[in-house]
Amino acid sequence: MSATTVSAADADKIWGGGVEPLKASYGKLMMWFFLVSDAFSFSALLITYGLSRFDHPAFKGDFANFVFSPNYWPVPDKVYNAIPFFHGLNAPLVFVGIMTFILIASSVTMVLAVEAGHRMDQKDVEKWLLWTILGGITFLSCQAWEWTHFITGTDTPTIVGGKEIYGANLTVNQYGPPLFADLFFFITGFHGMHVFSGVVLNFMVFFNTSMGLYQRRGHYEMVEKIGLYWHFVDLVWVFVFTFFYLI
Amino acid sequence: MEASPQKTENGEYVIPKPNTGHIWKTFWILAAITTLEFIIAFVVVNPAAHSFRVIIFITLTLVKAAYIVAEFMHLKYEAKTLMWSILIPLSFICWLLGAMYIEGESIFAVR
Repeated sequence: MSATTVSAADADKIWGGGVEPLKASYGKLMMWFFLVSDAFSFSALLITYGLSRFDHPAFKGDFANFVFSPNYWPVPDKVYNAIPFFHGLNAPLVFVGIMTFILIASSVTMVLAVEAGHRMDQKDVEKWLLWTILGGITFLSCQAWEWTHFITGTDTPTIVGGKEIYGANLTVNQYGPPLFADLFFFITGFHGMHVFSGVVLNFMVFFNTSMGLYQRRGHYEMVEKIGLYWHFVDLVWVFVFTFFYLI
Repeated sequence: MEASPQKTENGEYVIPKPNTGHIWKTFWILAAITTLEFIIAFVVVNPAAHSFRVIIFITLTLVKAAYIVAEFMHLKYEAKTLMWSILIPLSFICWLLGAMYIEGESIFAVR
């Protein structure tokens, strides 16, 4: 940046107001700073997950002999192994892989919408925004199914405190220690809330686009800003996917 | 980067062709890295290789994050001051990650 070798008078021209020192508009800057703050919130939750996971004992012994117990943290492969419409099929991580693909694809359609906005191509912006909204709704539906399956449980209960436990709630669950289910609900729930608000905002921007508002305004920067939010949501999912399902 | 749309005499925009090559290229890179992660998840199952797995997953995730932030969120092409004002605060998360990992292990040891 040329700002490092500038006299006091020139610095005033850059930082004295009325210009854009970082070459981005106020709205875009504020979206970026909001995303930094939200990144801290999600990091706090995910790091809490890491801390909890490593301060509980892990399962010792052969992978083939693994059973759920509240005494040790479960192996993710054994918890997240269901697919809709295929009851009883053991398919570890398949469904969450599909969810990750859907969200990354919706991020790609979002970038294509932003690119169409740069070309003032209203029809293309509408098209790609619709695909992004569809991807978001599909992801939320998949997450809803995942929660339902998690809460309902599998065919084999776990004995906890003398009682047969199926599924999960915030106090007790069949998969492992109570914190395991608590953190699952809070982290995926917090992320899902962000996806939902992203879908709502995307729909509002889509509505404005089809009304021709941004065409009349002369720029599609609103699409860019909501695009930043949507990519952030995708980014968080990439980290959640790694820390919850892979490690 | 892309061509700015020009207006014709009657005020309509002439819409240039889409310039999306680098977007799809980034998508395929992300897909390839995710596929690699899945392969490692299923092939490297030896418990002795657990630390290796964790390091590989975190590294690949950071690579994916870098591509999403730089290309999809356009940060690579923004003013450098903006880029650093976002990346430097986020780097403190790395410190917190390491610190809490160590804390978790020591809590476990105390229990």
